[in-house]
Amino acid sequence: MLKELSKSIREYKKSSIATPLLVSLEVVLECIIPFVIATLVNQIKAGCELQVILGYGLVLVAMAGFSLLFGALAGTTCATASCGLARNLRKDMFYKIQDYSFENIDKFSTSSLVTRITTDVTNVQNAYMMIIRTAIRCPLMLIFAFIMAFVMGGRMGTIFLFVAPFLAFGLFLVIRKTMPLFKRVFKKYDNLNNSIQENVKAMRVVKSYVREDYEKEKFGLAASDVCADFTKAERILALNNPMMQFCIYTVMIFVLSFGSYTIITSRGVDLDVGQFSALLTYSFMILQSLMMLSMVFVMITMATESAKRIVEILQEKSTLANPEQPIYEVQDGSVDFEDVNFKYSKKAERMSLADISFHINSGETIGIIGGTGSSKSSLIQLISRLYDATEGVVKVGGIDVTQYDLETLRNQVAVVLQKNILFSGTIRENLRWGNKEATDEELVHACKLAHADEFITQFPMEYDTYIEQGGANVSGGQKQRLCIARALLKKPKILIMDDSTSAVDTKTDAMIRKALREFIPETTKIIIAQRISSVQDADRVIVMEGGTINAIGNHEELLATNEIYKEIFESQNKAGDDDEE
Amino acid sequence: MTMKSRAVKKGTTLRVIKTLLGFYPIMMPATIICIIFSAIVGAIPAIFMQNVIAVVERSWQSGDWNSVSKEIFSFVMLLATFYVLSLLSSLAFNQMMAFITQGSLKKLREKMFSGMQDLPVKYFDTHNHGDIMSHYTNDIDTLRQMISQSFPQLMISTITVCTVFSIMVYFCLWLALVVLAGVAIMLIITKKIGGNSARYFFRQQDSLGREEGFVEEIMNGQKVVKVFCHEEESKADFDRINDRLFEESQRANKYANTLGPILNNIGNVLYVVVALVGGILLLTGVPNVSISGLAISISVVVPFLNMTKQFAGNVNQVSHQINAVVMGLAGAQRIFSLLDEQAEEDHGYVTLVNAKEVDGEIVECEERTGIWAWKHPHQDGTLTYTKLIGDVRLHDVDFGYVEDKMVLHNITLYAEPGTKVAFVGATGAGKTTITNLLNRFYDIDDGKIRYDGINITKIKKGDLRSSLGVVLQDTNLFTGTVMDNIRYGKLDASDEECIDAAKLAGAHDFITRLPEGYQTMLTGNGSNLSQGQRQLLAISRAAVADPPVMILDEATSSIDTRTEAIVQRGMDALMKGRTVFVIAHRLSTVKNSDVIMVMEQGRIIERGSHEKLIEERGKYYQLYTGAFELE
Repeated sequence: MLKELSKSIREYKKSSIATPLLVSLEVVLECIIPFVIATLVNQIKAGCELQVILGYGLVLVAMAGFSLLFGALAGTTCATASCGLARNLRKDMFYKIQDYSFENIDKFSTSSLVTRITTDVTNVQNAYMMIIRTAIRCPLMLIFAFIMAFVMGGRMGTIFLFVAPFLAFGLFLVIRKTMPLFKRVFKKYDNLNNSIQENVKAMRVVKSYVREDYEKEKFGLAASDVCADFTKAERILALNNPMMQFCIYTVMIFVLSFGSYTIITSRGVDLDVGQFSALLTYSFMILQSLMMLSMVFVMITMATESAKRIVEILQEKSTLANPEQPIYEVQDGSVDFEDVNFKYSKKAERMSLADISFHINSGETIGIIGGTGSSKSSLIQLISRLYDATEGVVKVGGIDVTQYDLETLRNQVAVVLQKNILFSGTIRENLRWGNKEATDEELVHACKLAHADEFITQFPMEYDTYIEQGGANVSGGQKQRLCIARALLKKPKILIMDDSTSAVDTKTDAMIRKALREFIPETTKIIIAQRISSVQDADRVIVMEGGTINAIGNHEELLATNEIYKEIFESQNKAGDDDEE
Repeated sequence: MTMKSRAVKKGTTLRVIKTLLGFYPIMMPATIICIIFSAIVGAIPAIFMQNVIAVVERSWQSGDWNSVSKEIFSFVMLLATFYVLSLLSSLAFNQMMAFITQGSLKKLREKMFSGMQDLPVKYFDTHNHGDIMSHYTNDIDTLRQMISQSFPQLMISTITVCTVFSIMVYFCLWLALVVLAGVAIMLIITKKIGGNSARYFFRQQDSLGREEGFVEEIMNGQKVVKVFCHEEESKADFDRINDRLFEESQRANKYANTLGPILNNIGNVLYVVVALVGGILLLTGVPNVSISGLAISISVVVPFLNMTKQFAGNVNQVSHQINAVVMGLAGAQRIFSLLDEQAEEDHGYVTLVNAKEVDGEIVECEERTGIWAWKHPHQDGTLTYTKLIGDVRLHDVDFGYVEDKMVLHNITLYAEPGTKVAFVGATGAGKTTITNLLNRFYDIDDGKIRYDGINITKIKKGDLRSSLGVVLQDTNLFTGTVMDNIRYGKLDASDEECIDAAKLAGAHDFITRLPEGYQTMLTGNGSNLSQGQRQLLAISRAAVADPPVMILDEATSSIDTRTEAIVQRGMDALMKGRTVFVIAHRLSTVKNSDVIMVMEQGRIIERGSHEKLIEERGKYYQLYTGAFELE
C-alpha cells in the first residue's frame, strides 16, 4: 500500500526528504538551547558580570535565529511536500479513473469516488504532514532527552524506564481499541454521506411525496448511529491526555521528593540544583514526545482506512487496454458480430447476450427493437468497445474492434447513450466535446441536423446559453437533441443512437431521421427505439428478446412473420389505424 | 459558483460558540468550568515546585534531610493534591468534550439536513450538487478538530498565560512588562501570519468545494466522457482546479507551519532579554515595583526565567491550534451559509383532512375514509370543508424561471374532476413547467391556479403536494429494498398494499424475477435496474400513495410499448376516478385522454379530444401523423 502511495510523491521527493533533515537540525538546536539556558541560570546565580550574560545572550539569539530559520524552512517544505502529495494523489486518481473502462466504472459509485478524491486524500495529506514532521522529531527528542536525563539524574533517570513503558502500553491499548471502531464508523459515515447525496438528487421526489420529515427522521437515525460510534472512539482517544498527565505528575512527584532527598543527603554531590531543574525539563520533554507519537499513531490509524481506499482506485486495473500495434484507421462503417456471447461481470451466471451473429453493411440504417431488458443497449456497447465481448468477435470495417486504437474507434463509432449527460458550460462548449476544432458553421450544421438549432436560437444567448449541471435547465427532449448534435460533430462512420429520441416528439424524431438519411447517407446508423415509427423506415430491423436475436428483416417482412414485432406494432398503432380514415 | 473567496467573517467565532452552547446549554458550561478549573489547578503546582526547590537550595549544604523532610513533604503532598484534582477535572472535561464534539457534529449535520429539506427546489436546480455535499464532508470534518482539540487547548493556554502573568506581576513589574512587550510582538506576528494563513485556508475550503463539484459532475458523466474520448480535456480541466487547490493549501499550510518556529524562538529570545534585563536590574539596583514588595534578587529573577519559558510555551501551544481554528472557522462559515439559506416559504393555511359524509355534509374525521376534504379556516373564525374532487383550473398563468424570460404565457385550462388531461407538444414547450407550478415547486408570476375552487397559494404546500401524485421523467430511487421504495408513497402501507400497487403498475412481474424479489436491495439510484424498470417502480410508488390527482410526466417514456400495453391496463385502473395530467411524447399514451392540450413555446395552441384535434388537421394532426408523413 505504502509503495503505491509513495509513487505519487514524485517532484515533492526533495521537500519530503528536506523536511525531516531540517526538523532534526531544529530539534538539535531546540535541545541545546535549554542546556545553554541552564548554564546561564547558574551563571546569574553565581552573580556574574553583565558582559557574560550579554555573551550568552548573543549565542542564544544566534541559536534561536538558526532554529527559527530551520523551523520555518521545515514548515515550508513540509507544506509543499504534503500538499504536493495530495495534489498528485488526486491527480493520479482522477487520471486513473479517466482510463477506466465501463466495467471498472460500474464498480464504484459516484459518491464513493468523490469522497475518495476529497476527504480521503485530505486525511492522507494531514497524516503525511504529521509523519514527515514528527517521524524524526519525536525519536530524536526522546533519545536526546533520555540520554540527558540519565546524564543529569543518574539513578533518577530510571524512573523513566518505568513510566515510559506504562505510557506506551496505555497508548497501545487505546490505539488497539479505536482502530476497529474507526474502521467500522468510516463505512457508516460513507453510507450517511451517500444518503445525503441521494436526497440532494431526489429532492423533487422527496418534496412531491412530502417526505421531508420522514427523511429527516431517517437521517437522524443514521446520524445518531455514526455519532454513537464516533463518540465511543473519541472517548477512548480522550483518555490519552489524562493518561499522559498522570505520568507527568507521577514523574514530577517522584523527582521532586526523591531528588531533593538525594541532593540534601549527598550535599549536592550526586545531584545539584541545576541538574535537578533540568531533569524536570527533560522529563517533560520525554512525555511530550511520547504524547506526540501517540497523536501520530492516531492520525495514521485514521488515515490508513483512507489510504486503503485510495490505493483501491490506483490499483484497479483497467479491463480494456489499447492493443500493442493499434490500427488508426477505420475502413468503412460495416459491422460484424460473430458468435458473440457477453456478460457484464465474470461472476454473472447468465449471459446478457448469447449467440449473436449478424452483418451490417456500411451506410445501412438498422433499427433495434425489443422489450425492456432485452439487452439492446448491451449489444451496441460492444461495437465501440465500451465493453469487450466475453466470447466471439465484434468487427468494425472488417477488423476486430480490439485491434483498433481506442480513441480512433470511438471517434468513428459515435454512441448517443441512453443515459446521456450534458455538462455545466455553454451549449457551444458542450457541443465541442464532439469535435474540439469544430467551426461555428459546423456546430450550427450539426444542430440543424439534430433539430436543435431551432430551440437554441430561441434562447437569448443562443449558442452561449449556459447549461446547468446535468442539463437541468433544458428539457429532456432538448437535451437529447443536443446530445445527438454533439455526436454528429464527430463525423463518425457509425452513429449509434440508444433510445436517444425517447423524449423527442414523433414529428421531430422523424425529421431528425430524415435529415440524417439525407445529409450523412454514407454513415451507418444504428437506432435503438421503443417506437416502431422510429425504426420502421430502417433498411433492416433487429428484434431482440431476452439477450438473443429473435428476427432480422425489414418492416414489412417482420410485420408479416414476426410475432413480437407485430405485437409491438399493434400496441402502438391499433388505435391509430382507426384514425386513419 | 456560489462560494466566493471570503475573509474570516466577523462573528463566525461567536456564532460557533453560541451554537455549541445552544446544543449543550448545561454540559458545555460544565465542561468550560472543568477546563478552567483544570487549567488553574494545573498552574498552581508550579508555586509549590518552586517552594521545594527553594527549600533544597537553602539547605542542601547542610546535608540534614530530617530537618527539612517535613517541610518538603508537606509541599509535595499539596502538590499531589492539586495534581489529583487537576487529573480528575481533566479526565472529566476530556470525556465531556469527546461527547460534545461528536454530539455537536451530529446535531449540526441534522440541522443542515433538515434545513436542506426545507429549501426550495430552486436551490437544488441552481447549486452544484457536489458543492452542497462538500458541506457535509469537508466542512464538517474541519469542525471536529476545532471543537475537540483547539477549543479546550486555547482555553487552557489562555488561562495559564493569565495565571502566570499574575504571578509575574506578583514578583516584579519591570520584568513582567518586558514579557508583556514580547507577547505583544508575538500577537502581532500571529495576527499577521495567522491572518494570511486564514485567508488561504478559506480559499482552500472553497477550492475543495469546487473540486468536489467538478469531480462529482465528471464522475457522474464518466461514460459520456469515455464515449467522446474527452479524457484528456477533462484531465486538463481537473489539473487547473487541482493546481489551484494545491497552491492555496500549500500557502495556507506554509504560513501556519512557520508560525510555530517563529513564536517558539521569539520565546527563546524573550528568555534571553529577560535574563539580560534581570541582570541589569540586579547590577544597577533599580527599586522594584511588585505586589509582593520583594526587592530584586536572584530568587526573583530565576523563577521569573522559568515562568517566561512556561509563558512562551503556552503562546506557542496556541499557535499550534491556529491551523485547526482557521480551517474550522472557514468550514463553519460555509456551514452557516447553508443554514442561512432562505427556506421555502409557506403561507398556506388550508389543510387536507380525512372526511366522511354525514347527511350530505362533509365532516372531518380521524380515520382514512378515502374521502378527503380541504379544511378552510376563514378570517371570521368559521371553518368550511370543501370536498376534494380534483378540480384544477389555471387562469391566465404567466411564468418564467428567471425574471425577464417568460416560459409560459396566458395559460388557461380547466381540468374537470376525474378527467385525463394530456399535454403534448415539442420539447421545451413548457409542459413540465406546468407541473412544477401545480405542486408549487415554483410560484407563478401572474394569474391564478385554483384547486377545488381554492387558490393554491392558500393551501399548505405539504397538503397540496400530498394530494398530487407525481411521477417524474427522471426516476430517483433510494438505497433500500424494492419494498421500501414502493412504500415510500405511503409509509404505513402493508406489504400486500405495496404488492398490489406493483401489480397495478405492471412491476410485479419483473420484481418477482429479481434475485430476492421485493427484498432485493437497490443501490446507487437502482443502478442494477433498467431505466424502464425504474419507471415501473416509480409508478408503483405513486400507486400506493393513492392520491386524488396524478401528474405523469413522461412516466412511461422508457418502458417499451409492449410492456406499456400491459401497464396501460393497470394505469387505466389507476387513473380511474382521478384527475390525471399526462405529459408524453408517445401519442399512444395520450390518445385516450379526455382533453389534449397542444403546447408550443409556452402557449396552448390547440385543445380538445383526440378525435376533434385530428379532425381540425392542426398541429396535433401533424404531430400525430408525423411518423407517416415521410412515407
